[in-house]
Amino acid sequence: MIQMEYYLIVSTIMMFVGIYGFLTRRNLLAMLIAVELILNSVDINFVVFNRFLFPGQLEGFFFSLFAIGISAAETAVAIAIIINIYRNMRNIQVRNLDKMKW
Amino acid sequence: MEYTIFILLLPFLSFILTGLLGTKLKPVAAGTVGTVVTGIVAALSYLTAFSYFGAGRNADGIFPVQIPWNMEWLPFGGNLHIDIGILLDPISVMMLVVISTVSLMVHIYSFGYMKGETGFQRYYSFLSLFTMSMLGLVVATNIFQMYIFWELVGVSSYLLIGFYYTRKEAIAASKKAFIVTRFADLGFLVGILIYGFYTGSFSFTPDSAVIGSARVFLPLALGLMFIGGAGKSAMFPLHIWLPDAMEGPTPVSALIHAATMVVAGVYLVARMFPLFIGYAPEVLHITAYVGAFTALYAAVVACVQSDIKRVLAFSTISQIGFMIVALGVCTSADPHEGGLGYMASMFHLFTHAMFKALLFLGAGCIIHAVHSNEMSAMGGLRKYMPVTHITFLVACLAIAGIWPLSGFFSKDEILAACFGFSPVMGWIMTAIAGLTAFYMFRLYYCIFWGRENKELHAEHKPHEAPLTMTVPLVFLAIVTLLAGWIPFGEFVSSNGQAYRIHIDWSVAATSLCVAAAGIALATWMYLREDRKIADGLASRFSGLHKAAYHRFYIDEIYQFITHRIIFACISTPVAWFDRHVVDGFMNLLAWISNKVSWMIRGMQSGYVQRYGIWFLGGALGLTIVLLLI
Repeated sequence: MIQMEYYLIVSTIMMFVGIYGFLTRRNLLAMLIAVELILNSVDINFVVFNRFLFPGQLEGFFFSLFAIGISAAETAVAIAIIINIYRNMRNIQVRNLDKMKW
Repeated sequence: MEYTIFILLLPFLSFILTGLLGTKLKPVAAGTVGTVVTGIVAALSYLTAFSYFGAGRNADGIFPVQIPWNMEWLPFGGNLHIDIGILLDPISVMMLVVISTVSLMVHIYSFGYMKGETGFQRYYSFLSLFTMSMLGLVVATNIFQMYIFWELVGVSSYLLIGFYYTRKEAIAASKKAFIVTRFADLGFLVGILIYGFYTGSFSFTPDSAVIGSARVFLPLALGLMFIGGAGKSAMFPLHIWLPDAMEGPTPVSALIHAATMVVAGVYLVARMFPLFIGYAPEVLHITAYVGAFTALYAAVVACVQSDIKRVLAFSTISQIGFMIVALGVCTSADPHEGGLGYMASMFHLFTHAMFKALLFLGAGCIIHAVHSNEMSAMGGLRKYMPVTHITFLVACLAIAGIWPLSGFFSKDEILAACFGFSPVMGWIMTAIAGLTAFYMFRLYYCIFWGRENKELHAEHKPHEAPLTMTVPLVFLAIVTLLAGWIPFGEFVSSNGQAYRIHIDWSVAATSLCVAAAGIALATWMYLREDRKIADGLASRFSGLHKAAYHRFYIDEIYQFITHRIIFACISTPVAWFDRHVVDGFMNLLAWISNKVSWMIRGMQSGYVQRYGIWFLGGALGLTIVLLLI
């Protein structure tokens, strides 16, 4: 029987890998992948807590399914935005995207 | 009786139509729409009157109140709600007839009088608005609906006085009329609120059980309502707007400032009469004194004015004073013992509306002919304008109270009511009736006889008015001739029972003698060309003459109080405080925000990942804070 903590350790590592990636990657697509890692670590948490703490109930499973659906849509939107940025600016390096300051 | 709703709806539709289409409509088309609609409204009003009075009295011997249409417009908590509806009772039906008749005559007359004016369509649109509001006022089912339409007539009066909006005097006059009446309406509104608060309804006839607890406040509420009525009906000292309102087109003066809107205050007191007589007779008597003083003041001023429309304006104020006095001298609801004044007041309202509209329309013909309001431009006009001359004479005789014209009958009832109240009041009012005869015939002689302004008439020959203008004159003259024979007490009386008018010949003889004396004096002074006596008297009593000519400086007193005291001592410091302290504080806040934003704007770098670090740091910080707590 695998303990609950093992799952949580994996998800925590995923979470911080994601955060690190989000803050350090220079490419928008890589940042997007990092965001997906964060989201998936949260999904794992939901499922694990549901499985170990509230067995017989389904809210956590459904919530993670819901989050996966939402993140798919969010990724589609993000990629569409990135493609448009590329069309306008001819690159997707996040350092160059400082048009939104003051 | 459901068709009565069209009496309100049709003029409203006509207002919307002519108002929205504006100059896209041909002037004649706009006029025709307004006139036809008013004609239909008049026909419907006559039909209403016919079927209402034709339906007969109920078992108690009164004409039952009918409410053919009513809706709850604005519910408040409890039983308090504002309704919009149509209430038919003897006085509202009588007013429907008066308003629609005069309005129709004015609509027809305006075809001739306003011909070729710019804004002809706008004029007819405003006339429709006024007609709608005035009709809505008289058929109101509750005091609040009355107030709503009361303000609407105020607005349409403002719009029509300021019709010639390029003329400075017209703008000033319209503002004055609106502000003075609005100021008085403040009293009305406060009165309504007190009334609604303590009786729990806006109805004209609250349950007597509810009144029990409210009777302490009823005199106050009714007194405040009378202030509103005094403003609209130009009672002293709120009369100052009416003479200036003569800047509007003359048919408007006939409709609004002579026949209908200015009697709204009388109508209000008549409407609240059961409450006045039951719970606040002393307030009612105060209105009588106010009315009597106003009647006297206006009559004196009217004797020396030189602008014919101003003479008529002051005569209107004086006659409304008569109506208010008649209501105020009532001491009980029974017409046989002290309640006669109610019927007399309504009767005088009816007859006065007809002959005063006639006088104003006649004055309009004269102004149309000589292009001036001043008496000095007139004189000897009887040769040029026979129809106007005859109809004007009829109206003058009626207002002077000569048998058998309508004014005689109604004025006789008023004087009888006054003598019933106290002999002093009776004699004062009789004397004022004599003054009325004097100044009306002064006006008549100065226009049609007397010293003729020959140079002016040679340069521009006065001519009789066109048919559209003379037909209403003749119609109203016929009404004036015959209206006295209407058995008015059979329809309207203070307790609703039939009252047979019997002329008190001792009172009638006195008033006839006084009126005849007034006419004779005017004839002696003004008939001849030289007017030696009149001019001699004016120079002998030059102080009095000058004071009366300047309306006893009431306008100047108002000017002084508003400009020197209110504006200079209160408004200016308050304005300074607003500009510098209140606005200054707000400007300080804006200045601080501006500076702080400049200081922190560097944080908005535009780099997503830097935002991410801030976000992460914030989230961690919050987590730590939550863990520590």
